[in-house]
Amino acid sequence: MYTQALNMAETDDRGLEDAGKAAQFQARIDAEERIEPNDWMPAAYRRTLTRQISQHAHSEIVGMLPEGNWITRAPTLRRKAALLAKVQDECGHGLYLYAAAETLGSSREELVDAMLAGKAKYSSIFNYPTLTWADIGTIGWLVDGAAIMNQIPLCRCSYGPYARAMIRVCKEESFHQRQGYEIMLTLCRGSEEQKAMAQDALNRWWWPVLMMFGPPDATSQHSDTSTKWKIKRFSNDELRQKFVDATVPQAQYIGLTIPDPGMTQDADGHWRYSEIDWTEFKQVLAGNGPCNRDRMAARRKAHDEGAWVREAAAAYAAKRARRQTAQAAE
Amino acid sequence: MAVANIQVSETPLVLYALRRADDALILGHRLSEWCGHAPMLEEDMALSNIALDLIGQARELYSYAAKVEGKDNDEDKLAYLRDVRQYRNLLLVEQPNGDFAQTLVRQFFYSAFADLYWRAMMNSRDATLAAIAAKSEKESAYHLRHASEWIIRLGDGTDESHARAQAAIDHLWAFTGEMFTVDDGERALIHADIVIDPGSVRGRWLTTLSDVTREATLKLPQNDWMQQGGRAGRHSEHLGHLLSELQSMQRTFPGLTW
Repeated sequence: MYTQALNMAETDDRGLEDAGKAAQFQARIDAEERIEPNDWMPAAYRRTLTRQISQHAHSEIVGMLPEGNWITRAPTLRRKAALLAKVQDECGHGLYLYAAAETLGSSREELVDAMLAGKAKYSSIFNYPTLTWADIGTIGWLVDGAAIMNQIPLCRCSYGPYARAMIRVCKEESFHQRQGYEIMLTLCRGSEEQKAMAQDALNRWWWPVLMMFGPPDATSQHSDTSTKWKIKRFSNDELRQKFVDATVPQAQYIGLTIPDPGMTQDADGHWRYSEIDWTEFKQVLAGNGPCNRDRMAARRKAHDEGAWVREAAAAYAAKRARRQTAQAAE
Repeated sequence: MAVANIQVSETPLVLYALRRADDALILGHRLSEWCGHAPMLEEDMALSNIALDLIGQARELYSYAAKVEGKDNDEDKLAYLRDVRQYRNLLLVEQPNGDFAQTLVRQFFYSAFADLYWRAMMNSRDATLAAIAAKSEKESAYHLRHASEWIIRLGDGTDESHARAQAAIDHLWAFTGEMFTVDDGERALIHADIVIDPGSVRGRWLTTLSDVTREATLKLPQNDWMQQGGRAGRHSEHLGHLLSELQSMQRTFPGLTW
Protein backbone atom coordinates (compact mmCIF):
# COMPACT_ATOMS: atom_id res chain seq x y z
CA MET A 1 0.00 0.00 0.00
CA TYR A 2 1.09 2.76 0.99
CA THR A 3 0.53 5.81 -0.96
CA GLN A 4 1.07 8.43 1.71
CA ALA A 5 3.66 10.05 -0.54
CA LEU A 6 0.82 11.30 -2.69
CA ASN A 7 -0.24 13.55 0.11
CA MET A 8 2.88 15.63 -0.04
CA ALA A 9 3.00 18.72 -2.17
CA GLU A 10 5.43 18.67 -5.07
CA THR A 11 6.86 21.87 -6.42
CA ASP A 12 6.01 22.15 -10.05
CA ASP A 13 9.18 23.10 -11.84
CA ARG A 14 8.04 22.42 -15.35
CA GLY A 15 8.33 26.13 -16.04
CA LEU A 16 12.09 25.70 -15.96
CA GLU A 17 11.99 22.94 -18.51
CA ASP A 18 11.32 22.94 -22.19
CA ALA A 19 7.70 24.05 -22.48
CA GLY A 20 7.23 22.15 -25.73
CA LYS A 21 8.47 18.89 -24.21
CA ALA A 22 6.26 19.39 -21.19
CA ALA A 23 3.19 19.94 -23.36
CA GLN A 24 4.00 16.85 -25.40
CA PHE A 25 4.44 14.85 -22.19
CA GLN A 26 1.07 15.99 -20.83
CA ALA A 27 -0.56 15.16 -24.18
CA ARG A 28 0.77 11.61 -23.92
CA ILE A 29 -0.61 11.32 -20.38
CA ASP A 30 -3.97 12.67 -21.48
CA ALA A 31 -4.05 10.11 -24.29
CA GLU A 32 -3.54 7.38 -21.60
CA GLU A 33 -0.13 6.47 -23.02
CA ARG A 34 2.36 4.78 -20.71
CA ILE A 35 5.56 6.67 -19.86
CA GLU A 36 8.62 4.39 -20.02
CA PRO A 37 12.05 4.81 -18.33
CA ASN A 38 13.85 6.20 -21.36
CA ASP A 39 11.11 8.67 -22.26
CA TRP A 40 11.47 12.35 -21.44
CA MET A 41 9.65 13.32 -18.24
CA PRO A 42 9.48 16.42 -16.07
CA ALA A 43 11.92 16.33 -13.14
CA ALA A 44 9.03 16.71 -10.71
CA TYR A 45 7.26 13.68 -12.21
CA ARG A 46 10.43 11.67 -11.73
CA ARG A 47 10.81 12.88 -8.13
CA THR A 48 7.18 12.23 -7.22
CA LEU A 49 7.31 8.71 -8.57
CA THR A 50 10.69 7.91 -7.05
CA ARG A 51 9.35 9.01 -3.69
CA GLN A 52 6.09 7.13 -4.02
CA ILE A 53 7.51 3.88 -5.39
CA SER A 54 10.39 3.77 -2.92
CA GLN A 55 8.06 4.54 -0.03
CA HIS A 56 5.85 1.72 -1.23
CA ALA A 57 8.91 -0.57 -1.36
CA HIS A 58 10.02 0.43 2.17
CA SER A 59 6.49 -0.31 3.40
CA GLU A 60 6.60 -3.83 1.98
CA ILE A 61 9.93 -4.47 3.71
CA VAL A 62 9.02 -2.92 7.08
CA GLY A 63 5.65 -4.67 6.75
CA MET A 64 7.49 -8.00 6.95
CA LEU A 65 8.24 -7.30 10.63
CA PRO A 66 4.80 -7.25 12.28
CA GLU A 67 3.72 -10.38 10.42
CA GLY A 68 7.12 -12.02 10.73
CA ASN A 69 6.55 -11.68 14.47
CA TRP A 70 4.14 -14.66 14.21
CA ILE A 71 5.95 -16.99 11.78
CA THR A 72 7.63 -18.91 14.57
CA ARG A 73 4.39 -19.10 16.58
CA ALA A 74 1.76 -19.85 13.93
CA PRO A 75 -0.78 -22.28 15.43
CA THR A 76 -0.60 -25.03 12.77
CA LEU A 77 1.91 -26.17 10.16
CA ARG A 78 -0.45 -25.13 7.37
CA ARG A 79 -0.79 -21.62 8.83
CA LYS A 80 2.95 -21.44 9.40
CA ALA A 81 3.71 -22.26 5.75
CA ALA A 82 1.02 -19.85 4.48
CA LEU A 83 2.27 -16.99 6.67
CA LEU A 84 5.89 -17.57 5.72
CA ALA A 85 4.92 -17.61 2.04
CA LYS A 86 2.94 -14.40 2.51
CA VAL A 87 5.78 -12.55 4.19
CA GLN A 88 8.07 -13.83 1.46
CA ASP A 89 5.64 -12.37 -1.10
CA GLU A 90 5.88 -8.98 0.63
CA CYS A 91 9.64 -9.17 0.31
CA GLY A 92 9.25 -9.99 -3.38
CA HIS A 93 7.00 -6.93 -3.76
CA GLY A 94 9.68 -4.82 -2.11
CA LEU A 95 12.36 -6.11 -4.47
CA TYR A 96 10.10 -5.62 -7.47
CA LEU A 97 9.27 -2.06 -6.43
CA TYR A 98 12.89 -1.12 -5.74
CA ALA A 99 13.63 -2.33 -9.27
CA ALA A 100 10.80 -0.14 -10.61
CA ALA A 101 12.18 2.84 -8.64
CA GLU A 102 15.67 2.16 -10.01
CA THR A 103 14.36 2.70 -13.56
CA LEU A 104 13.93 6.35 -12.51
CA GLY A 105 17.63 6.68 -11.76
CA SER A 106 18.08 6.06 -8.00
CA SER A 107 19.85 2.93 -6.76
CA ARG A 108 18.30 0.55 -4.22
CA GLU A 109 21.16 1.35 -1.83
CA GLU A 110 20.44 5.09 -1.94
CA LEU A 111 16.74 4.49 -1.38
CA VAL A 112 17.29 2.06 1.49
CA ASP A 113 19.85 4.38 3.10
CA ALA A 114 17.31 7.22 3.02
CA MET A 115 14.79 5.00 4.82
CA LEU A 116 17.31 3.81 7.42
CA ALA A 117 18.34 7.44 8.02
CA GLY A 118 14.70 8.27 8.74
CA LYS A 119 14.47 10.56 5.70
CA ALA A 120 12.05 8.39 3.72
CA LYS A 121 8.70 7.24 5.06
CA TYR A 122 6.94 3.90 5.08
CA SER A 123 3.29 3.21 5.79
CA SER A 124 2.36 4.14 9.38
CA ILE A 125 0.18 1.06 9.74
CA PHE A 126 3.28 -1.05 10.40
CA ASN A 127 4.02 0.98 13.51
CA TYR A 128 1.30 -0.95 15.34
CA PRO A 129 2.09 -4.21 17.17
CA THR A 130 0.82 -7.72 16.36
CA LEU A 131 -0.22 -8.99 19.77
CA THR A 132 -2.26 -12.10 19.00
CA TRP A 133 -2.77 -14.58 16.16
CA ALA A 134 -5.96 -12.69 15.23
CA ASP A 135 -3.78 -9.71 14.29
CA ILE A 136 -2.36 -11.83 11.47
CA GLY A 137 -5.87 -12.46 10.17
CA THR A 138 -6.78 -8.80 10.57
CA ILE A 139 -3.70 -7.56 8.73
CA GLY A 140 -4.46 -9.83 5.79
CA TRP A 141 -8.14 -8.94 5.77
CA LEU A 142 -7.99 -5.19 6.42
CA VAL A 143 -4.45 -3.93 5.80
CA ASP A 144 -4.07 -5.89 2.58
CA GLY A 145 -7.71 -5.08 1.75
CA ALA A 146 -6.99 -1.35 2.08
CA ALA A 147 -3.78 -1.80 0.08
CA ILE A 148 -5.74 -3.37 -2.76
CA MET A 149 -8.19 -0.42 -2.80
CA ASN A 150 -5.24 1.92 -3.16
CA GLN A 151 -3.30 -0.18 -5.62
CA ILE A 152 -5.90 -1.29 -8.13
CA PRO A 153 -6.09 2.25 -9.59
CA LEU A 154 -2.27 2.24 -9.67
CA CYS A 155 -2.38 -0.62 -12.20
CA ARG A 156 -3.40 2.17 -14.61
CA CYS A 157 -0.74 4.59 -13.36
CA SER A 158 0.91 6.56 -16.19
CA TYR A 159 4.39 5.23 -15.36
CA GLY A 160 4.77 1.84 -17.09
CA PRO A 161 7.12 -0.02 -14.71
CA TYR A 162 5.06 0.98 -11.65
CA ALA A 163 1.75 0.07 -13.31
CA ARG A 164 3.06 -3.34 -14.36
CA ALA A 165 4.49 -3.99 -10.89
CA MET A 166 1.10 -3.16 -9.39
CA ILE A 167 -0.71 -5.69 -11.56
CA ARG A 168 1.33 -8.52 -10.12
CA VAL A 169 1.33 -7.12 -6.60
CA CYS A 170 -2.47 -6.75 -6.62
CA LYS A 171 -2.95 -10.39 -7.62
CA GLU A 172 -0.88 -11.55 -4.67
CA GLU A 173 -2.43 -9.04 -2.25
CA SER A 174 -5.86 -10.25 -3.19
CA PHE A 175 -4.82 -13.79 -2.31
CA HIS A 176 -3.45 -12.54 1.03
CA GLN A 177 -6.67 -10.67 1.72
CA ARG A 178 -8.76 -13.81 1.25
CA GLN A 179 -6.34 -15.79 3.39
CA GLY A 180 -6.60 -13.18 6.17
CA TYR A 181 -10.36 -13.17 6.03
CA GLU A 182 -10.37 -16.95 6.20
CA ILE A 183 -8.27 -16.80 9.39
CA MET A 184 -10.88 -14.43 10.87
CA LEU A 185 -13.73 -16.65 9.73
CA THR A 186 -12.11 -19.66 11.40
CA LEU A 187 -11.68 -17.70 14.64
CA CYS A 188 -15.28 -16.49 14.55
CA ARG A 189 -16.52 -20.05 14.11
CA GLY A 190 -14.32 -21.20 16.99
CA SER A 191 -14.48 -20.88 20.77
CA GLU A 192 -15.63 -17.80 22.69
CA GLU A 193 -12.00 -17.06 23.40
CA GLN A 194 -11.18 -17.13 19.69
CA LYS A 195 -14.12 -14.87 18.82
CA ALA A 196 -13.04 -12.40 21.49
CA MET A 197 -9.51 -12.51 20.07
CA ALA A 198 -10.87 -11.67 16.60
CA GLN A 199 -13.03 -8.80 17.90
CA ASP A 200 -10.17 -7.38 19.93
CA ALA A 201 -7.91 -7.38 16.86
CA LEU A 202 -10.58 -5.62 14.78
CA ASN A 203 -11.04 -3.04 17.55
CA ARG A 204 -7.35 -2.23 17.57
CA TRP A 205 -6.77 -2.18 13.78
CA TRP A 206 -9.95 -0.56 12.44
CA TRP A 207 -9.10 3.11 12.92
CA PRO A 208 -5.42 2.84 11.97
CA VAL A 209 -6.51 1.03 8.78
CA LEU A 210 -8.90 3.86 7.87
CA MET A 211 -5.98 6.25 8.34
CA MET A 212 -4.00 4.30 5.73
CA PHE A 213 -5.86 6.21 3.01
CA GLY A 214 -4.34 9.49 4.17
CA PRO A 215 -5.81 12.77 5.44
CA PRO A 216 -9.32 13.84 4.44
CA ASP A 217 -9.62 15.54 1.06
CA ALA A 218 -10.63 18.84 2.67
CA THR A 219 -7.31 19.12 4.51
CA SER A 220 -5.06 17.20 2.16
CA GLN A 221 -2.13 19.35 1.14
CA HIS A 222 -1.61 17.33 -2.02
CA SER A 223 -1.60 19.37 -5.19
CA ASP A 224 -3.49 18.24 -8.23
CA THR A 225 -0.29 17.37 -10.12
CA SER A 226 -0.48 13.66 -9.23
CA THR A 227 -4.01 13.58 -10.59
CA LYS A 228 -3.02 15.52 -13.70
CA TRP A 229 -0.16 13.07 -14.28
CA LYS A 230 -2.52 10.14 -13.77
CA ILE A 231 -0.53 8.72 -10.91
CA LYS A 232 -3.44 9.17 -8.53
CA ARG A 233 -6.92 8.61 -9.90
CA PHE A 234 -9.14 8.70 -6.80
CA SER A 235 -9.09 10.93 -3.74
CA ASN A 236 -8.29 9.68 -0.23
CA ASP A 237 -11.89 9.98 0.91
CA GLU A 238 -13.26 8.22 -2.19
CA LEU A 239 -10.97 5.23 -1.63
CA ARG A 240 -11.65 5.18 2.12
CA GLN A 241 -15.42 5.13 1.51
CA LYS A 242 -15.08 2.32 -1.03
CA PHE A 243 -13.09 0.33 1.50
CA VAL A 244 -15.59 0.88 4.33
CA ASP A 245 -18.51 -0.06 2.07
CA ALA A 246 -16.78 -3.29 1.08
CA THR A 247 -15.66 -4.18 4.59
CA VAL A 248 -18.75 -3.62 6.74
CA PRO A 249 -20.75 -6.51 5.19
CA GLN A 250 -17.70 -8.77 5.49
CA ALA A 251 -17.51 -8.01 9.23
CA GLN A 252 -21.25 -8.57 9.62
CA TYR A 253 -21.05 -11.91 7.82
CA ILE A 254 -18.58 -13.33 10.33
CA GLY A 255 -20.34 -11.72 13.29
CA LEU A 256 -17.81 -9.02 14.17
CA THR A 257 -18.75 -5.50 15.21
CA ILE A 258 -17.07 -2.49 13.61
CA PRO A 259 -15.80 -0.44 16.59
CA ASP A 260 -17.71 2.68 15.54
CA PRO A 261 -21.03 3.04 17.41
CA GLY A 262 -21.82 6.16 15.37
CA MET A 263 -21.68 4.38 12.04
CA THR A 264 -24.85 4.62 9.93
CA GLN A 265 -25.90 3.54 6.47
CA ASP A 266 -27.14 6.37 4.26
CA ALA A 267 -29.92 6.26 1.66
CA ASP A 268 -27.43 5.33 -1.08
CA GLY A 269 -26.20 2.37 0.92
CA HIS A 270 -22.89 3.95 1.92
CA TRP A 271 -21.64 3.28 5.43
CA ARG A 272 -20.89 6.65 7.04
CA TYR A 273 -18.14 6.37 9.64
CA SER A 274 -17.50 8.70 12.55
CA GLU A 275 -14.78 11.28 12.56
CA ILE A 276 -11.24 9.88 12.51
CA ASP A 277 -8.79 10.93 15.21
CA TRP A 278 -6.17 12.56 13.02
CA THR A 279 -4.08 13.53 16.04
CA GLU A 280 -3.14 9.89 16.41
CA PHE A 281 -2.24 9.66 12.71
CA LYS A 282 0.01 12.72 12.99
CA GLN A 283 1.68 11.32 16.10
CA VAL A 284 2.44 7.99 14.43
CA LEU A 285 3.67 9.79 11.32
CA ALA A 286 5.92 11.91 13.52
CA GLY A 287 7.56 8.76 14.88
CA ASN A 288 5.51 8.35 18.05
CA GLY A 289 3.53 5.22 17.14
CA PRO A 290 3.83 2.19 19.44
CA CYS A 291 6.43 0.48 17.22
CA ASN A 292 8.19 3.17 15.15
CA ARG A 293 11.43 2.83 17.07
CA ASP A 294 11.33 -0.97 17.14
CA ARG A 295 10.72 -1.20 13.38
CA MET A 296 13.56 1.13 12.50
CA ALA A 297 15.86 -0.57 15.00
CA ALA A 298 15.08 -3.99 13.49
CA ARG A 299 15.75 -2.80 9.92
CA ARG A 300 18.98 -1.04 10.95
CA LYS A 301 20.14 -4.11 12.89
CA ALA A 302 19.56 -6.39 9.88
CA HIS A 303 21.34 -3.88 7.65
CA ASP A 304 24.32 -3.36 9.98
CA GLU A 305 24.76 -7.02 10.89
CA GLY A 306 24.52 -7.99 7.23
CA ALA A 307 27.20 -5.51 6.12
CA TRP A 308 30.03 -8.04 6.31
CA VAL A 309 28.02 -10.50 4.20
CA ARG A 310 27.36 -7.95 1.47
CA GLU A 311 31.03 -6.91 1.57
CA ALA A 312 32.12 -10.54 1.23
CA ALA A 313 29.81 -11.07 -1.76
CA ALA A 314 31.17 -7.95 -3.45
CA ALA A 315 34.80 -8.87 -2.69
CA TYR A 316 34.30 -12.37 -4.07
CA ALA A 317 32.59 -11.08 -7.22
CA ALA A 318 35.50 -8.68 -7.80
CA LYS A 319 38.07 -11.44 -7.27
CA ARG A 320 36.27 -13.70 -9.68
CA ALA A 321 36.04 -11.01 -12.33
CA ARG A 322 39.79 -10.35 -11.98
CA ARG A 323 40.56 -14.05 -12.32
CA GLN A 324 38.37 -14.36 -15.40
CA THR A 325 40.06 -11.34 -17.00
CA ALA A 326 43.47 -12.79 -16.18
CA GLN A 327 42.47 -16.15 -17.66
CA ALA A 328 41.16 -14.52 -20.81
CA ALA A 329 44.46 -12.63 -21.21
CA GLU A 330 46.52 -15.86 -21.06
CA MET B 1 -2.81 -24.09 30.97
CA ALA B 2 -0.83 -27.18 30.16
CA VAL B 3 -1.68 -29.70 27.52
CA ALA B 4 -0.48 -33.25 27.89
CA ASN B 5 2.01 -34.56 25.38
CA ILE B 6 0.67 -37.10 22.93
CA GLN B 7 2.02 -40.60 23.03
CA VAL B 8 3.39 -42.06 19.82
CA SER B 9 3.81 -45.79 19.17
CA GLU B 10 7.29 -45.59 17.74
CA THR B 11 7.51 -48.64 15.53
CA PRO B 12 10.67 -48.53 13.39
CA LEU B 13 8.85 -47.03 10.37
CA VAL B 14 6.96 -44.43 12.46
CA LEU B 15 10.17 -43.50 14.23
CA TYR B 16 11.99 -43.26 10.91
CA ALA B 17 9.41 -40.85 9.45
CA LEU B 18 9.32 -38.81 12.66
CA ARG B 19 13.09 -38.40 12.71
CA ARG B 20 13.19 -37.08 9.14
CA ALA B 21 10.10 -34.93 9.71
CA ASP B 22 11.65 -33.42 12.85
CA ASP B 23 14.90 -32.67 10.96
CA ALA B 24 12.96 -30.83 8.28
CA LEU B 25 10.64 -28.94 10.65
CA ILE B 26 13.32 -27.79 13.07
CA LEU B 27 15.68 -26.67 10.30
CA GLY B 28 12.79 -24.98 8.48
CA HIS B 29 11.79 -23.22 11.70
CA ARG B 30 15.35 -22.02 12.27
CA LEU B 31 15.55 -20.62 8.72
CA SER B 32 12.16 -18.94 9.10
CA GLU B 33 13.63 -16.97 12.03
CA TRP B 34 15.66 -15.03 9.44
CA CYS B 35 12.60 -13.79 7.58
CA GLY B 36 12.71 -9.98 7.70
CA HIS B 37 16.20 -9.91 9.22
CA ALA B 38 18.55 -11.28 6.53
CA PRO B 39 21.65 -9.42 5.24
CA MET B 40 19.93 -8.66 1.92
CA LEU B 41 16.42 -8.99 0.55
CA GLU B 42 17.48 -11.74 -1.85
CA GLU B 43 18.43 -13.84 1.19
CA ASP B 44 15.17 -13.07 3.00
CA MET B 45 13.57 -14.61 -0.08
CA ALA B 46 15.98 -17.54 -0.46
CA LEU B 47 16.03 -18.58 3.22
CA SER B 48 12.24 -18.37 3.39
CA ASN B 49 12.00 -20.46 0.25
CA ILE B 50 14.21 -23.16 1.71
CA ALA B 51 12.28 -23.00 4.98
CA LEU B 52 9.04 -23.49 3.06
CA ASP B 53 10.44 -26.53 1.23
CA LEU B 54 11.55 -28.06 4.53
CA ILE B 55 8.26 -27.37 6.31
CA GLY B 56 6.52 -28.95 3.31
CA GLN B 57 8.72 -32.05 3.62
CA ALA B 58 8.01 -32.17 7.35
CA ARG B 59 4.26 -32.08 6.78
CA GLU B 60 4.37 -34.98 4.36
CA LEU B 61 6.57 -37.04 6.65
CA TYR B 62 4.44 -36.31 9.74
CA SER B 63 1.29 -37.21 7.85
CA TYR B 64 2.90 -40.45 6.76
CA ALA B 65 4.08 -41.20 10.32
CA ALA B 66 0.52 -40.61 11.56
CA LYS B 67 -0.92 -42.83 8.85
CA VAL B 68 1.51 -45.66 9.56
CA GLU B 69 0.88 -45.35 13.29
CA GLY B 70 -2.86 -45.56 12.59
CA LYS B 71 -4.02 -43.79 15.76
CA ASP B 72 -5.53 -40.41 16.37
CA ASN B 73 -2.41 -38.37 15.63
CA ASP B 74 -1.92 -35.98 12.70
CA GLU B 75 0.77 -33.60 11.44
CA ASP B 76 -0.10 -30.88 13.94
CA LYS B 77 -0.34 -33.15 16.96
CA LEU B 78 3.03 -34.64 16.07
CA ALA B 79 4.62 -31.22 15.64
CA TYR B 80 2.94 -29.32 18.46
CA LEU B 81 2.28 -31.85 21.21
CA ARG B 82 5.55 -33.67 21.71
CA ASP B 83 8.15 -32.27 24.09
CA VAL B 84 11.93 -32.07 23.82
CA ARG B 85 12.50 -35.68 24.87
CA GLN B 86 10.07 -36.89 22.21
CA TYR B 87 11.68 -34.92 19.36
CA ARG B 88 13.98 -37.02 17.20
CA ASN B 89 15.84 -34.50 15.05
CA LEU B 90 19.58 -34.23 14.52
CA LEU B 91 21.43 -31.97 16.95
CA LEU B 92 22.82 -30.13 13.91
CA VAL B 93 19.50 -28.68 12.79
CA GLU B 94 18.50 -27.30 16.20
CA GLN B 95 21.71 -25.29 16.60
CA PRO B 96 20.91 -21.55 16.73
CA ASN B 97 21.24 -19.46 13.59
CA GLY B 98 24.23 -17.56 14.94
CA ASP B 99 25.61 -15.28 12.25
CA PHE B 100 24.90 -15.74 8.55
CA ALA B 101 28.00 -17.95 8.20
CA GLN B 102 26.79 -20.32 10.91
CA THR B 103 23.36 -20.59 9.29
CA LEU B 104 24.84 -21.28 5.87
CA VAL B 105 27.42 -23.80 7.11
CA ARG B 106 24.67 -25.66 9.00
CA GLN B 107 22.61 -25.63 5.80
CA PHE B 108 25.58 -26.73 3.72
CA PHE B 109 26.37 -29.72 5.95
CA TYR B 110 22.72 -30.78 6.00
CA SER B 111 21.86 -30.15 2.35
CA ALA B 112 24.99 -31.91 1.09
CA PHE B 113 23.71 -34.93 3.00
CA ALA B 114 20.01 -34.54 2.19
CA ASP B 115 20.65 -34.23 -1.53
CA LEU B 116 22.49 -37.57 -1.68
CA TYR B 117 20.25 -39.23 0.85
CA TRP B 118 16.93 -38.42 -0.79
CA ARG B 119 18.27 -39.25 -4.24
CA ALA B 120 19.16 -42.74 -3.01
CA MET B 121 15.83 -43.01 -1.17
CA MET B 122 13.96 -42.61 -4.45
CA ASN B 123 14.54 -46.37 -4.85
CA SER B 124 12.76 -47.20 -1.61
CA ARG B 125 10.33 -50.13 -1.77
CA ASP B 126 7.92 -47.94 0.18
CA ALA B 127 6.05 -45.97 -2.50
CA THR B 128 5.18 -43.04 -0.20
CA LEU B 129 8.76 -42.63 0.99
CA ALA B 130 10.01 -42.91 -2.61
CA ALA B 131 7.61 -40.13 -3.65
CA ILE B 132 8.61 -37.90 -0.72
CA ALA B 133 12.24 -38.59 -1.60
CA ALA B 134 11.75 -37.59 -5.25
CA LYS B 135 10.31 -34.22 -4.24
CA SER B 136 12.81 -33.66 -1.44
CA GLU B 137 15.76 -34.51 -3.67
CA LYS B 138 14.86 -31.81 -6.20
CA GLU B 139 14.51 -29.26 -3.42
CA SER B 140 17.68 -30.35 -1.63
CA ALA B 141 19.71 -30.04 -4.84
CA TYR B 142 18.74 -26.36 -4.99
CA HIS B 143 19.40 -25.87 -1.27
CA LEU B 144 22.86 -27.38 -1.71
CA ARG B 145 23.67 -25.16 -4.66
CA HIS B 146 22.58 -22.06 -2.74
CA ALA B 147 24.59 -23.01 0.36
CA SER B 148 27.69 -24.06 -1.62
CA GLU B 149 27.77 -20.76 -3.46
CA TRP B 150 27.62 -18.90 -0.17
CA ILE B 151 30.36 -21.05 1.43
CA ILE B 152 32.61 -20.15 -1.51
CA ARG B 153 31.70 -16.44 -1.38
CA LEU B 154 32.23 -16.24 2.36
CA GLY B 155 35.40 -18.35 2.40
CA ASP B 156 36.97 -16.53 -0.53
CA GLY B 157 35.43 -13.11 0.20
CA THR B 158 36.99 -10.89 2.87
CA ASP B 159 39.25 -11.77 5.83
CA GLU B 160 36.27 -11.30 8.13
CA SER B 161 33.92 -13.53 6.16
CA HIS B 162 36.65 -16.17 5.84
CA ALA B 163 37.22 -16.16 9.61
CA ARG B 164 33.49 -16.35 10.33
CA ALA B 165 32.96 -19.21 7.88
CA GLN B 166 35.91 -21.16 9.29
CA ALA B 167 34.68 -20.61 12.86
CA ALA B 168 31.23 -21.89 11.87
CA ILE B 169 32.72 -25.01 10.26
CA ASP B 170 34.84 -25.70 13.33
CA HIS B 171 31.86 -25.17 15.63
CA LEU B 172 29.33 -27.28 13.74
CA TRP B 173 31.55 -30.12 12.58
CA ALA B 174 30.96 -32.25 15.69
CA PHE B 175 27.23 -32.38 14.88
CA THR B 176 27.68 -34.01 11.47
CA GLY B 177 28.45 -37.57 12.55
CA GLU B 178 24.93 -38.17 13.79
CA MET B 179 23.58 -37.96 10.22
CA PHE B 180 25.21 -41.30 9.40
CA THR B 181 24.29 -43.35 12.44
CA VAL B 182 21.42 -45.84 12.64
CA ASP B 183 19.88 -47.88 15.44
CA ASP B 184 18.64 -51.48 15.31
CA GLY B 185 15.13 -50.53 14.24
CA GLU B 186 16.38 -48.52 11.29
CA ARG B 187 18.87 -51.29 10.47
CA ALA B 188 15.90 -53.64 10.00
CA LEU B 189 14.27 -51.18 7.59
CA ILE B 190 17.55 -50.98 5.68
CA HIS B 191 17.64 -54.78 5.34
CA ALA B 192 14.07 -54.70 4.02
CA ASP B 193 15.05 -52.11 1.33
CA ILE B 194 12.53 -49.67 2.80
CA VAL B 195 15.20 -47.12 3.66
CA ILE B 196 18.82 -46.75 2.69
CA ASP B 197 21.84 -46.84 4.97
CA PRO B 198 22.86 -43.20 5.46
CA GLY B 199 26.42 -44.45 5.96
CA SER B 200 26.46 -45.42 2.30
CA VAL B 201 26.45 -41.77 1.20
CA ARG B 202 29.09 -40.58 3.68
CA GLY B 203 31.99 -40.90 1.23
CA ARG B 204 30.29 -38.80 -1.43
CA TRP B 205 29.11 -36.31 1.21
CA LEU B 206 32.72 -35.84 2.30
CA THR B 207 33.79 -35.36 -1.34
CA THR B 208 31.19 -32.58 -1.77
CA LEU B 209 32.40 -30.93 1.41
CA SER B 210 36.07 -31.21 0.40
CA ASP B 211 35.45 -29.83 -3.09
CA VAL B 212 33.46 -26.83 -1.91
CA THR B 213 35.64 -25.96 1.08
CA ARG B 214 38.78 -26.24 -1.08
CA GLU B 215 37.36 -23.74 -3.56
CA ALA B 216 36.33 -21.57 -0.62
CA THR B 217 39.92 -21.75 0.79
CA LEU B 218 38.46 -23.19 4.01
CA LYS B 219 39.56 -26.26 5.96
CA LEU B 220 37.57 -29.19 7.29
CA PRO B 221 38.49 -30.08 10.88
CA GLN B 222 40.64 -33.14 11.55
CA ASN B 223 38.98 -34.10 14.84
CA ASP B 224 36.49 -36.90 14.60
CA TRP B 225 34.77 -36.63 17.98
CA MET B 226 31.05 -36.44 17.21
CA GLN B 227 28.10 -35.41 19.40
CA GLN B 228 25.17 -37.83 19.46
CA GLY B 229 21.75 -37.99 21.07
CA GLY B 230 19.16 -36.13 18.97
CA ARG B 231 17.77 -39.29 17.40
CA ALA B 232 17.03 -40.64 20.91
CA GLY B 233 15.62 -37.35 22.25
CA ARG B 234 18.78 -36.22 24.08
CA HIS B 235 19.06 -32.69 22.73
CA SER B 236 21.05 -29.52 23.28
CA GLU B 237 19.50 -26.87 25.52
CA HIS B 238 18.50 -24.89 22.42
CA LEU B 239 15.64 -27.14 21.32
CA GLY B 240 13.44 -26.53 24.36
CA HIS B 241 13.35 -22.79 23.69
CA LEU B 242 12.57 -23.37 20.03
CA LEU B 243 9.69 -25.71 20.92
CA SER B 244 8.27 -23.40 23.57
CA GLU B 245 7.89 -20.77 20.85
CA LEU B 246 6.78 -23.15 18.09
CA GLN B 247 4.16 -24.80 20.32
CA SER B 248 2.97 -21.81 22.32
CA MET B 249 -0.45 -21.46 20.65
CA GLN B 250 -1.36 -25.14 20.81
CA ARG B 251 -0.19 -25.36 24.43
CA THR B 252 -2.05 -22.19 25.48
CA PHE B 253 -5.30 -22.90 23.64
CA PRO B 254 -5.70 -26.68 23.62
CA GLY B 255 -7.84 -28.50 21.12
CA LEU B 256 -9.02 -25.57 19.01
CA THR B 257 -9.23 -25.19 15.26
CA TRP B 258 -7.10 -22.42 13.73
